[in-house]
Amino acid sequence: MKGLRNYLDKIKPNFSKGGKFEKLHSFYDAIDTLLFVPNKVTSSGSHIRDAIDMKRTMFLVVIALIPALLFGMWNVGYQHFNMLGLYADKTFWEVFAFGLIKVLPIVVVSYATGLTIEIIFAQYRGHDVPEGFFVTGMLIPLILPVSIPLWMVVLATTFAVIIGVEAFGGAGMNIFNPALLARAFLFFAYPSQMSGDKVWVAGLPTAEGVVDGFSGATPLAHIAQNELPKMASFSDMFYGFIPGSIGETSTFAILIGALLLIWTGIGSWKIMLSGVLGALSLGALLQWIGHGNPEITNAYFHIPAYYHLVLGGFAFGIVFMATDPVSASQTEKGKWIYGFLIGVFAVLIRAFNPAYPEGVMLAILLLNAWASLIDHYVIEANIKKRLKRIKIKV
Amino acid sequence: MSSKNLKLFTTPFNLQNPVTVQVLGICSALAVTVKLKPAIVMGLSVTIVTAFSNLIISYMRDYIPPRIRIIVQLVVVAALVILVDQILRAFVYDVSKQLSVYVGLIITNCIIMGRLEAYAMGNKPWPSFVDGLGNGAGYAMILIIIGFTRELLGSGSLLGHHVVPNAFFQAGYMNNGMMIMPPMALIVVGLIIWIQRSKNPELIESK
Repeated sequence: MKGLRNYLDKIKPNFSKGGKFEKLHSFYDAIDTLLFVPNKVTSSGSHIRDAIDMKRTMFLVVIALIPALLFGMWNVGYQHFNMLGLYADKTFWEVFAFGLIKVLPIVVVSYATGLTIEIIFAQYRGHDVPEGFFVTGMLIPLILPVSIPLWMVVLATTFAVIIGVEAFGGAGMNIFNPALLARAFLFFAYPSQMSGDKVWVAGLPTAEGVVDGFSGATPLAHIAQNELPKMASFSDMFYGFIPGSIGETSTFAILIGALLLIWTGIGSWKIMLSGVLGALSLGALLQWIGHGNPEITNAYFHIPAYYHLVLGGFAFGIVFMATDPVSASQTEKGKWIYGFLIGVFAVLIRAFNPAYPEGVMLAILLLNAWASLIDHYVIEANIKKRLKRIKIKV
Repeated sequence: MSSKNLKLFTTPFNLQNPVTVQVLGICSALAVTVKLKPAIVMGLSVTIVTAFSNLIISYMRDYIPPRIRIIVQLVVVAALVILVDQILRAFVYDVSKQLSVYVGLIITNCIIMGRLEAYAMGNKPWPSFVDGLGNGAGYAMILIIIGFTRELLGSGSLLGHHVVPNAFFQAGYMNNGMMIMPPMALIVVGLIIWIQRSKNPELIESK
């Protein structure tokens, strides 16, 4: 460690003003502060200091994502060998290694693309490389299907970073969650790679020896096609033994991450709870209408409301995407409204828009756009309330 | 063409571009640019209407009572638009079909009314004509850039001819479906504005 510190100190003059690699100073700074705690100290005035800074925050979110990532890798292998009927012959490590080989390139490409663009912009605009992409770079692979071509990952990441973040003035100024923007871009630009029955299991379109009756469809697709008997069981969906985007399938793994986020205070429990309540309330309403009405053919009227929590990307979206502190509502009351509406809209899109089997992505992006509007009215309401109090006294 | 007139013609290409600087005519710029050909035809139509309405109004400017000038301008513009519409229908029917209502809507294009009010009402016919020509061409230029980008990336073709080689598609390349949708046109306009403003610091407003 000491040698590394000495080495970094030795090459530092090259990167400071007038040095050989002056243009690369923010790259140096990014590496330095990633490896060591920054040694900047407050020089004037009094400041409240906390041990947790931006980098630690982002790092904790990435740690919270690890269970979903590891389970996602294993599930990629599980789905693949299950499709071929070979799962029983494989050891745990063989299954995991298969998924690792499939998933790792997507993660590497996402990070490499995003960081390259961030560094270019940091040089050009003369600021430090922001920490935000540390999380975004991990989120992007987790919400994509495993069969996504790598060049599409490059394109989507580029779009998200340039249009979603840099065009608004850099990390912290974006109005939309960049990772979701990357997914939305791919979803609308290349729908054949982002939806349907063929993309969720590695190697499905070209595989030989697929087991009879294996479809590769996600539970959401089964519901959308009104094939309820084919749908996976609740426990399978909760633990995540189903096809789907890499990190979204296991509600259990996501819950572990959610606990870490809530315990450290990084993710807002209000948004998560109100999102769950929103989905449950509309889900329960649909179930109540559908109960004893077999003439309603839409399968969403016939599933229990709590199924919505384990289906598709709901758990992942509400825990890791909706709670993004930059694009979510800032006021405490606003967080309740924001989260609740995400839950409602996600179920609404699922149940009533046949074009989109999954609604969580669009619901969160919509509420991202509304977040500041919600904040505005929450603040206005508070001002009105307090003005009234003054008038009564006079 | 004198240097003053030349300047009238060229400023709309960059520093006074009607679409990217004045942000006028955005609606049609998003609607007709899925393919390059309609974009070119639309650009030409608007150029012709702007130039000739400027010319005609400039000749009439001393006889138009100020209180009813807008309605007089509208009559002139509407007559020219109907003329353009009929010509398009007669000679390029398929493009006319694709442009549909947007040819008729040239009447409401803010660029035309803007030039009439801002320039033709107070200047001589020839400079007015050049001004209209320049502004129309500035609009057409942006439309052609957007149409080119969207058709190339969205459909893999230019003017209806396939230009992206088949080998690309075999290697896994796909047309970008987002490019065909109007939101992407807005993003392309935004990118053009971004590039233009970073090259011309005088366009950036002081805070």
